[in-house]
Amino acid sequence: MQYSKIVMDHFKNPHNQGVIKNADGVGETGNPMCGDMMKVYIKVKDDKIIDIKFETLGCAAAIACSSILTDMAKGQPLEKAKNISKADIVKKLGNLPTSKIHCSVLAHEALAEAIYNYQSKVIN
Amino acid sequence: MPKIYFDHSATTPLDQWVFEAMKPYFTKDYGNASSMHSFGQIAAKAIDQSRLSIAKFLNCLPEEVIFTSGATEADNIALQGIVKASKINNPHIVTTQIEHPAILEVCRDLEKQGVGVTYVPVTKKGIVKVNDIKRAIKPNTILISVMYVNNEVGTIQPISEIGKLVDQLNTKRKNRIYFHTDAVQAVNYCEMNVNKLGVDLLSISGHKIYGPKGVGVLYIKKNIKLKPIEYGGHHELGIRPGTYNVVGIVGLGRAIELVKVGKKNNQKIKKLRDYLIKEISKKIPNTKVNGDIKNRVASNVNFSFKNAEGESVMLMLDMEGFAVSTGSACSSGSLEPSHVLTSMQIPNDLAHGSLRITLGKQNTKNEVDRLIRILPKIIQRLRQMSPIK
Ligand code: FES
Repeated sequence: MQYSKIVMDHFKNPHNQGVIKNADGVGETGNPMCGDMMKVYIKVKDDKIIDIKFETLGCAAAIACSSILTDMAKGQPLEKAKNISKADIVKKLGNLPTSKIHCSVLAHEALAEAIYNYQSKVIN
Repeated sequence: MPKIYFDHSATTPLDQWVFEAMKPYFTKDYGNASSMHSFGQIAAKAIDQSRLSIAKFLNCLPEEVIFTSGATEADNIALQGIVKASKINNPHIVTTQIEHPAILEVCRDLEKQGVGVTYVPVTKKGIVKVNDIKRAIKPNTILISVMYVNNEVGTIQPISEIGKLVDQLNTKRKNRIYFHTDAVQAVNYCEMNVNKLGVDLLSISGHKIYGPKGVGVLYIKKNIKLKPIEYGGHHELGIRPGTYNVVGIVGLGRAIELVKVGKKNNQKIKKLRDYLIKEISKKIPNTKVNGDIKNRVASNVNFSFKNAEGESVMLMLDMEGFAVSTGSACSSGSLEPSHVLTSMQIPNDLAHGSLRITLGKQNTKNEVDRLIRILPKIIQRLRQMSPIK
């Protein structure tokens, strides 16, 4: 098993890693399979993600997926960000080993959760 | 940046003296040991010499030493061969939950063929209880297979005690129980006299003892009926056919001869290991050592760091030049935590952050000190990234 250079670069220097103190939306998912946890924080203005940060406990692929996801979502309208699929993440990373595809699912779900969290607050 | 190898349970570097011993048999003395001409006889003599060294080391007869392609094949021949030769129609095997896949996967396959297998659990410290083995034995038990030293946590299993138990039971049983041990991780550190151990079969691998890869030994006590699982020529009493791997066999023989010499390093290795445990436990909060602290080989330490995933730790160490390994689910392909840690009832979140460091004879205090400097930073960085604090 080997990781692409893009995965390793993100693993070494993850983008947007950290916490947003008063985030507008927070999403957290875990993988019961291997015990990974991912948390995504978003700041929203005019239905756009103006800031995003993540925290992840997991393997190199999980960290790289979180990192690239935040890159892809930053500055995007919520509706577009919602549609970032696991396949998009895998493609952007220059592929993932088969056993690691589920790590991208985690990233996708954490963001979807954060957006849902924000939207449910706005409605109420 | 210097590279530092701390993964000696995975494989060891080939010893320079072993390499020297092997060299002539690549290009100069390349004969087939089964040929009667002089080329063949030189090779045959080298094999005899290696067999003698190994027999002396194990305190057994030369004809009880069977060369194989490694420990996996030795384990396969032992288990499948005994089952095949058994006259009992519903044979049963006793083994442990912490065996190497070379035992566990063979057992799973044998189960499909109707063989009963009991996988005995181990204590939280990673050691099987002799009494639990005893309780697992049935009237139709034909074989007990227990590893000598566990490859992940380094714990030493009570082999000679089980050997005594088997001897006792056999005096009163209709069908004899055979006792096999996979001793791959024990050779450098433990008693290897087969009589003292009371084993009937024992597997060894070359590349874990500073010898070459692709060669191993199965010790089979005289008069034990075992059927081959592969067929071909008459090599190795027909038990393991195939042209002799002369280079490998010569290397293995030399490596075995050097084990005795190498024993003087064990104290040094143990000191370094204990120092590493002390310093890391002091410098990294929420650290646990997996496996019995006393009853383990000198080379092994297995840590668990809470809220730092093992594969990430391993890769970050790799970027700093260190080679180690992990039992984390993320690195397993199956996404399940190591079966050894699971059997020891180590909770999943701790297995997730497990790291195995195995020292060797060439490691220095300087190298260990470098690890002690770098590892706390890596754990701290990963914990800072984690949503669970
Ligand atoms: S986080 Fe466990 S496999 Fe990726």
